[in-house]
Amino acid sequence: MKTRKVLHKLTACVAGVGLLLTSGCAGAGSLGASDNEVTIALVSNSQMTDAQKLSSEFEKANPGIKLKFISLSENQARAKITMSTAMGGSQFDVVMISNFETPQWAKDGWLRNLSDYAKSTPGYDENDFIPSLRESLSYEGNMYSVPFYGESSFLMYRKDMFEQAGIKVNQDPNYQPTWQEVAGWAKTLKTDDRAGICLRGKPGWGEVLAPLDTVINTFGGRWFDDQWNAQLNSPQVKEAVNFYVNTIKESGELGASSTGFQECANLFGQGQTAMWYDATSAVSVLEDPKTYPDLVGKIGYLPAPVVEKPNSGWLYTWALGIPKAAKNPDGAWKFISWMTSKDYMKLVGEKLGWARVPPGSRTSTYTQLPEYEAISKSYGPLTLQSITNATPNKPTVEPVPYTGIQFVGIPEFQDLGTRVSQQISAAIAGQQSVDAALEQAQKYAEVVGKSYQEK
Amino acid sequence: MTLTAETDSDASQEAVAERVRKIRERQDVGVSRAEGWRRRGPLLPALIFMIAVTQVPFLFTLYYSTLSWNLVRPGSRKFVGLNNYIDVVQDSQFWSVAGNTVILIVGVVLISALLGLGIALLLDRAFVGRGAVRTLLITPFLITPVAGALVWKTTILDPNNGILNWLLGLVGISPVDWIGQFPLAMVMVELIWQWTPFMMLLILAGLTSMPRDQLEAGRVDGATAVQLFRELTLPHLRRFIELGVVLGAVYLVNTFDAIFMMTQGGPGVASANLPFYIYQRAFLGFDMGQAAAMGVVVVIFTMIIASFALRLIFKSFSGKEEAA
Amino acid sequence: MTTTVEKATATSDSAPVRKKKSKKFSPWGVVAWLVGIGFFFPVFWMVLTSFKQESDAATNPPKLFFVPTLDQYAAVFDQGIGPAMLNSVFATGMSTILVLLLGVPAAFALSLRPVRKTSDALFFFMSTKMLPVVAAILPLYVIVSNLGLLDNIWALVVLYTSMNLPIAVWMMRSFFLEVPGELLEAASLDGASLWRSVREVILPLVSPGIAATALICVIFAWNEFFLAVNLTAVNAQTMPVYLVGFIAGEGQYWAVLSAAATMAALPVILCGWFAQNKLVRGLSFGAIK
Repeated sequence: MKTRKVLHKLTACVAGVGLLLTSGCAGAGSLGASDNEVTIALVSNSQMTDAQKLSSEFEKANPGIKLKFISLSENQARAKITMSTAMGGSQFDVVMISNFETPQWAKDGWLRNLSDYAKSTPGYDENDFIPSLRESLSYEGNMYSVPFYGESSFLMYRKDMFEQAGIKVNQDPNYQPTWQEVAGWAKTLKTDDRAGICLRGKPGWGEVLAPLDTVINTFGGRWFDDQWNAQLNSPQVKEAVNFYVNTIKESGELGASSTGFQECANLFGQGQTAMWYDATSAVSVLEDPKTYPDLVGKIGYLPAPVVEKPNSGWLYTWALGIPKAAKNPDGAWKFISWMTSKDYMKLVGEKLGWARVPPGSRTSTYTQLPEYEAISKSYGPLTLQSITNATPNKPTVEPVPYTGIQFVGIPEFQDLGTRVSQQISAAIAGQQSVDAALEQAQKYAEVVGKSYQEK
Repeated sequence: MTLTAETDSDASQEAVAERVRKIRERQDVGVSRAEGWRRRGPLLPALIFMIAVTQVPFLFTLYYSTLSWNLVRPGSRKFVGLNNYIDVVQDSQFWSVAGNTVILIVGVVLISALLGLGIALLLDRAFVGRGAVRTLLITPFLITPVAGALVWKTTILDPNNGILNWLLGLVGISPVDWIGQFPLAMVMVELIWQWTPFMMLLILAGLTSMPRDQLEAGRVDGATAVQLFRELTLPHLRRFIELGVVLGAVYLVNTFDAIFMMTQGGPGVASANLPFYIYQRAFLGFDMGQAAAMGVVVVIFTMIIASFALRLIFKSFSGKEEAA
Repeated sequence: MTTTVEKATATSDSAPVRKKKSKKFSPWGVVAWLVGIGFFFPVFWMVLTSFKQESDAATNPPKLFFVPTLDQYAAVFDQGIGPAMLNSVFATGMSTILVLLLGVPAAFALSLRPVRKTSDALFFFMSTKMLPVVAAILPLYVIVSNLGLLDNIWALVVLYTSMNLPIAVWMMRSFFLEVPGELLEAASLDGASLWRSVREVILPLVSPGIAATALICVIFAWNEFFLAVNLTAVNAQTMPVYLVGFIAGEGQYWAVLSAAATMAALPVILCGWFAQNKLVRGLSFGAIK
């Protein structure tokens, strides 16, 4: 019977593959295993993908060490890495985390002290990391993860569109535009075919809240006062959020409530928005001549807009750490030190192009790499300046009991931030008023604040 | 099967059916233990496997639901009895999300079943390239749900560069923010797109197994197409439609990717469903006890609803068996 | 009627409806084609996008004509698609085989030879799917980790089997119920052993149903994402996890993701086309009666 013949063939096929795999293996990825393995969990941004591509260079220089990668989107990676590390798992030798987790996990004793390793690695130069980044990844003076790339936030704009509209921008290097100015520009530049400015509106503690928190901070608002009383319905926060939502409504993009980094990048690249306030790392997308050849030389950059507090750009980094229970910490450090070294920057520049050098982690990238300086004239110095001047330890005008600019550095923030962001996203979509959103947000924050007051 | 009584050859079939019924009665009454085991035997491996693999995690989940355990606050793990359940009951968002889930499941299952029925009937006739059309129609179901959701979000429903707004623009309608204004409806559209092929496949399998001679006999007797459909086809298909509804509903209780990719449950929680909400509590809040308690609540409610629904279906199922 | 269909399936591609001597022009055929194209369109667009540069991926107006590139596919293969493919083939194939091995007898026991408490058993099978995976993932993670099966493809095989078995039992039971009881009784009354009568009489009759069930199990197992992403890491990574790895938080990924999704869908599409032939052949079963 044909059915049976086919079924037999199929079974034979699968059994064949099965034999291959079951010869002592846990899966196809474990074929060709060696003793000195390093298992690495990364987030799938382009800079990390580049590192994976270049990892063969590391294996060449370190024969005997086999690298195994898993690369996931940010949400999945964070969830998976958190679960594994919190349960004391030894699945990973190297984990990619950020300046959100590092201080908390260091305090919980989940990460290994990397300063010790760094000191015993000649030429690594821990002090070359941009100081604000270095501090944000340290606990009690020691680094518990090392930055791979860092970012702040700034304002990107189309110089040609500004010229057409007759808007003149102050060229002073110390100039920081105000949000009111930016809102005015956005209104002027808004037409039927394009938005005046693109701002994130997608729900998520790392989505809409990243830019919004910097706006709140610079308007003089804060999440909690120093007694952990929630402040989300305070007049300053209300003013800030109303400003953000109204700017989007008047001059922003359509469909803002589901717009994140990728959507704004696409709009800016297509010329469907005149300005975009977002991460400094957006240059990797926009200044790539292969994807957007028409944009070369047309993009202008300004520091993050301010109101009351200057230097309001955010501070974020993707960094590499070693979980306490890692099976191969020495191999892990070898890889980490390779991937975050000065030589690695040169390697990326030579092999993949100078535009792809991981930005914003080491000062030497901006001062000692002439090729990089040459291509990054329009955004490089501003990026370095934004990151250096970011103040995660004093993010707001009034004192606060937490650290973090675009996030609140407490473990509850992932949940609290997401819930609040959902309310705000609903306000952006016009489903509810900003006041109603902030009332609800205030309630959520009060619950968290109370648990800190009781400590 | 009642219609078979109309034709000549069925006099003998009736006799066979009578014999069969008598045999079964004899077998049912005072079934020997050996016979009982022989009948149940084939069922056991599957049953044992399922019990082993699913009940142990469920017991663990029950246990975790009695703990207050935040994964990222070490040392916070302690027994709190039913507190998590009280929190769940008092969480108004949980209930509004539950409402979304019900709307989502009912809407998607009903509409995709209807569409699947219609399309299966279309494909039951012969026409040029029928196999090709069938392949085309199955593809939405084959695509990884994550990718499918992103296709809709990025290329079709995108307010600025989406195809739908572009088409509307051709007839002069200004662009609509589909996902922002109609989040739950858009998620449902994407799910209907993915699940109609499944329904179609089931109903088509049912159609192909349907005896054609009855239809021919009916046509010869002068019955109209509608009558034939209502009296012969539909009852026969009912089993498959119900199967599709049950399987689809059970699977859709767990649906997650579409919401995660398209709307992130927003705006607010307008398009969040229970799995997404639980996911957020588990992987953002890392509150394992709460998430487990929510899971158990979902199980309880699904069981209550399902036992009502299945009782209805089983009435029709067992009715069929007796007639056979 | 059935034989001409098979011929038509073999010869036509995307041809519009033509007048054939042995067939009437069917307006319903046109409708069916329109519906088919409509449903297929998003998939077609996704495949189209996989040949675009990221800047062409989401534009206004949408680009039907552009300079194609294989860069996205190169990127997909660069990151090592092989192990993920193998793992998916193994997990899907093995679990489907297990499902059929366990499920066909179970469905048989629950249909042709009714046992007492049929409805209880069926309800139990269905109830195992009522606990949302997201709620049970931590218990599962703990159990799998304690068994030392984290990042081991066999964990996925077992879990996928348990995921698909209830569905398979329910589906195949429906197909078994289609077989007239007299056939089986007549066969066993003739002295043939139960097993032989099952194999030679019943299985051929339900093979389209089994094919449909197997196809659906393959699709569910192949595309399963949540268990795979949480219980595997580098060794046992499956295609959906590999695919999601292309979603970048800060970057543009729609074109490269389309390429990865197309690659991920190809094996399943092959299976689907293959199983369809089974279904078509089963059309002749209606004539046996």
